[in-house]
Amino acid sequence: MSFLTIIQILLFITLVGASFFVAFRKFKEIYDNINMGKPEQIDTTLGFRLKSMFLIAFGQKKMFKLTFATQIELIEIFIDGLTGKHRILYHAFEGSFLESLYVFVINFIEILSLLTFIVTIIFILRRTTFKVARFQMPELKGWPWRDALNILAFELTLITFIFMMNSGDSALHMKEHGEGYGFILSGFLGNMISSFPNGLLHFIEKTGWWGHLCMVMVFLVYLPYSKHLHILLAFPNTFFTRPEPKGEMRNMTAIEHEVKSMLDPSFVVPATDGEIKFGAKDVYDLSWKSLLDAYSCTECGRCTAACPANQTGKKLSPRKIMMDTRDRMEDISKGKKEHGPDFADNRNLLGDYVTKEELRACTTCNACVEECPVNISPLNIILELRRNMIMDEADSPAEWNTIFANMENNQAPWQFSPDDRLKWTEELN
Amino acid sequence: MQYNVPVLSELVAEGKTPDVVFWVGCAGSFDQRAQRVTVAFTKILNRLQINFAVLGTEEACTGDPARRAGNEFVFQMLAQQNIAALNNYGVKKIVTTCPHCFNTLKNEYPALGGNYEVVHHSTYLQQLINEGKLKVEGGTFKGKKITYHDSCYLGRANDIYEAPRAVIEALDADLVEIKKCKTNGLCCGAGGGQMFKEDEPGKKRINIERTEQLMEVNPDVIAVACPFCNTMITDGVKNENKQDTIKVVDIAELIAQANSY
Ligand code: SF4
Ligand code: SF4
Repeated sequence: MSFLTIIQILLFITLVGASFFVAFRKFKEIYDNINMGKPEQIDTTLGFRLKSMFLIAFGQKKMFKLTFATQIELIEIFIDGLTGKHRILYHAFEGSFLESLYVFVINFIEILSLLTFIVTIIFILRRTTFKVARFQMPELKGWPWRDALNILAFELTLITFIFMMNSGDSALHMKEHGEGYGFILSGFLGNMISSFPNGLLHFIEKTGWWGHLCMVMVFLVYLPYSKHLHILLAFPNTFFTRPEPKGEMRNMTAIEHEVKSMLDPSFVVPATDGEIKFGAKDVYDLSWKSLLDAYSCTECGRCTAACPANQTGKKLSPRKIMMDTRDRMEDISKGKKEHGPDFADNRNLLGDYVTKEELRACTTCNACVEECPVNISPLNIILELRRNMIMDEADSPAEWNTIFANMENNQAPWQFSPDDRLKWTEELN
Repeated sequence: MQYNVPVLSELVAEGKTPDVVFWVGCAGSFDQRAQRVTVAFTKILNRLQINFAVLGTEEACTGDPARRAGNEFVFQMLAQQNIAALNNYGVKKIVTTCPHCFNTLKNEYPALGGNYEVVHHSTYLQQLINEGKLKVEGGTFKGKKITYHDSCYLGRANDIYEAPRAVIEALDADLVEIKKCKTNGLCCGAGGGQMFKEDEPGKKRINIERTEQLMEVNPDVIAVACPFCNTMITDGVKNENKQDTIKVVDIAELIAQANSY
């Protein structure tokens, strides 16, 4: 093994190790943040969970194919990196039936990469030039916007490196063996540059290889900071899909018991109920599932586009609810890092991030829940915050106070006497 | 025909048990427009000689608007009171013309010890038609263009999209779908306690937006299956000054009208 090879292997190990270390730290932080939430039991069987996950996470077929193909490629890059050799898999497979499979996979990746390249450019135009409404809303200003463009730029760079690597390699292979590997796209490009001197071809190939590796590592480190984290979190999030019909709101057992003891003095409130919590004021009061939801959000805005309140110009945007929840968690964990684990600011998700005007606008229509490609429920968070706004802060619109009073006194939201419940029968005959 | 409304407490006192309890709901009991739907549905039950009963003064609001507005206390008070009454009479099956009552009774009462078979009147009517018990006269609506507005609490909340459509199709009319229907349907703007308050500041009222979508297919009738949608869309149609040409009608009323009950 030459000195150069050893240096390369060491460099590779350092680079990969450092990237994994940094990424792991951030992932751990996210895991801790999600655990800030309250426990929630999700009563589903393993079969249901796997089914939800496969249907939704892999249902984004594009993603599945991409993951599969890139994995094979990454494995090769890793073996190459650890051994300092090149195209290890190809040479290992050469001559056997696996060779054609390998060539097929690389062709698949290359064609997909070309398509991705084109689509990425369209995406960039969609965000910058054509101004699709879903991508122009106020909550996307600043970081989310740059984040989206960063990722798109990564993708373009990554693909460029892949083609540099493969075409340089193909050109060298052609020179040596008189024919390429059978890669359609890079074979074509390699053919065009095959007159370059060998030194230059090696340089192109090596630049592509290291560039490609660096981009993958940069992506790994960047991922947990980015909205693209959802690519990974879509799996656990759909795995833990809630089984209830969308219309069902979770029972508040402590209040159930409290009211029961009012109606029936002989009923003893179980000691396990503890202090009554009125919905959610901050992320600590939400269930861990809602917090995982927030980290899984792709910020695609389908929910907001379908929201009747948003469509008619109200402040409410379910996507913003998810982003606010995540921002709140990030702010808390940043505070804890700087000021220790007892960090507390005088801020809450309710009021300081999500305004009451937004909460009041929701019709609980479930359009956002229906639309979400990764089974997120913005509605759940909205309703928990609303419970706190109404019961803890007693901040409800005057009209709602009226219906609450009517319901208590007349058993109907309107001010009619309960004795008149059968009045409609007079119109029958 | 003389129509009757048996009251559950009286039936039980006579030692009889109804097959099904008709849950009228607050809108169905008190709202003038919704009362007409209650009447239409009661006529159908009578004509088919269904052994039913209502709770009458023992029925209280299910608590849905309070729970969704965020007031769990009021919800619990009403829900526990209702469940005590229903369990006391040993009620097994409930039919209701209100998707909000339907959702709460069906999905939320079990956690509080109220377990019943709950059906919405769209499903109930569909079953009666399928079983051949309810025959619908063609004629009145022949050639009329009817479009259907999906109620959120029937559709997305409980996945009931076909039943109300099956009832409309039995009319021999022309069911035209708008673009935003079924899972993509836009809310009428009433849910989650919005029915009882002004819209938050914005560009437009939600019911106007929805009514405009429904009017795109130039319907003669906009069919609904929810008393709150009924109010919201009726207001929307009035707002466009189209109340003389476009009728907003509940599916129970469509059947009653077609059969001249
Ligand atoms: S449930 Fe609320 S937030 Fe979600 S789409 Fe409907 S109105 Fe918007
Ligand atoms: S539809 Fe789902 S993933 Fe997309 S922005 Fe809304 S909550 Fe996030």
